[in-house]
Amino acid sequence: MQALTNRSKVVSDKKMTFIEWIYIPAILKGMSITLRHFFKKKATISYPEQKREFSQVYRGQHVLKRDEEGRERCTACGLCAVACPAEAITMVAAERKPGEEHLYREEKYASIYEINMLRCIFCGDCEEACPKEAIFLTDRIVASEYKRAPFIYGKDILVEPLDLNLRVDVSARQTENVLKFKQNKRFAHNK
Amino acid sequence: MDWTLLIYKTLFLFLILLITLLVAMYSTYGERKVAAFMQDRRGPNRAGPFGLLQPLADGLKMFMKEEIIPLTANRYLFILGPSIAMTTALLTGVVIPWGATITIGGREFPMQIADLNIGILYVFAMVSIGVYGIMIGGWASNNKYALYGAIRAASQMISYELAMGMSIVALVLTTGSLSLHEIVEQQHGMHWNIFYQPLGFLIFLICAFAETNRAPFDLPECETELIGGYHTEYSSMKLGFYLFAEYINMFISSAVIATLYFGGYNMPFIDDIGLSANIVTILGTIFFFLKIFGFIFLFMWIRWTLPRFRYDQLMNLGWKGLIPLSIFNILATGIYYYFTELK
Repeated sequence: MQALTNRSKVVSDKKMTFIEWIYIPAILKGMSITLRHFFKKKATISYPEQKREFSQVYRGQHVLKRDEEGRERCTACGLCAVACPAEAITMVAAERKPGEEHLYREEKYASIYEINMLRCIFCGDCEEACPKEAIFLTDRIVASEYKRAPFIYGKDILVEPLDLNLRVDVSARQTENVLKFKQNKRFAHNK
Repeated sequence: MDWTLLIYKTLFLFLILLITLLVAMYSTYGERKVAAFMQDRRGPNRAGPFGLLQPLADGLKMFMKEEIIPLTANRYLFILGPSIAMTTALLTGVVIPWGATITIGGREFPMQIADLNIGILYVFAMVSIGVYGIMIGGWASNNKYALYGAIRAASQMISYELAMGMSIVALVLTTGSLSLHEIVEQQHGMHWNIFYQPLGFLIFLICAFAETNRAPFDLPECETELIGGYHTEYSSMKLGFYLFAEYINMFISSAVIATLYFGGYNMPFIDDIGLSANIVTILGTIFFFLKIFGFIFLFMWIRWTLPRFRYDQLMNLGWKGLIPLSIFNILATGIYYYFTELK
């Protein structure tokens, strides 16, 4: 059989030589190895101060996008909830009242939109299913909590801020190819 | 009654006690740092600068923990166990010469609490009583894992004390004295005993590892199979005492090794520099502590290098390896001195 690595060694139960039997050279060899590791560069990344570089298309905490005029894009169609394999998304739809046009882009919107971050597997299917370019996964990390309840994220956390400077950048995930893919009617969820 | 000496001794006693506890405290920190560095990690670095306050935080945690005494345990012995372990660990430091003498105002103050003429025997006696701490604690817990750990500790310590004692016999043959102060004085210059007793040193070192229950001989604790061994049922500061006693033992063992085999507070070439006696004493004490820290590092280094022995391997090494070797060492030393009559 071909060896998978070049580090494999043939094991045998032959009688030990005297040098092997007294064990001390082996101990010294082991100690030299540990001492070499003592001065090696540490593998640790001190997290809050240093952050590891993320992949361009990292799938972290979700964001509900607004359009250029600051109106919520989500129309509460429920496709994300249907697409979600972990059943982490729930929403309640509501009708846009006259005078709320500056808040919601279409006549229907989600009055409650919740994602259970403990159920979510960060697969990105919600983002793929969304016909309105409303939900995206970002490179933000979901913060740890002491209890379960705070992990159910509502609109207060998910919807991005109105201020244009504080908008969440999703250009890495919203590329030409992605848009083209979404317009392809061969896929069931795009129909 | 010599009041100056009494006050001096009392102060010195407390100083040594304080230093012992401090070193033991920071040994826990050192242990974690060494372990981390050898595993390419950083170790504790959040509490204070470089994590230096970590031992305090650990101690505080130990005090805050709930104190549990099992219902079926023997209450008095359960408390007695860690007390004995801690007391004997601290008592051993009494005979160790921490330095030469300091002369203040024409009076000489020895840097040793008690210069017993049977210093080594005293150390052995204390170490032997230390076994009772573990045995009593393990037995009184009324827990099979604790009992296993206690029995292992007892048999291991008895086995290795023999070889340790015999390696010391050979040393005593070369020095002709049991007093630790005397032994250190004889090693003045570079006449360290390691050069006269290399085999004895090796045996003593291995036995010291076994006596302090440190890896690779930490079978009494043996987290993986005995869930902590003799201190399975212990919590809060009583557990802290056991763990602390281990680190104190490590410190004292390092001090004893440095005293017996590495010249104690003697420094090489100290006579050639021409410093005043007091400064030489202080430098000697610093050098002694450097030696001790070196050995503590060795203890940790070995721990994070070697895996634990199997129990039959441990007994084989003790009875079939070290004891015959130490008897041979005594014979060889005896024959050498019989024919050369050096001392």
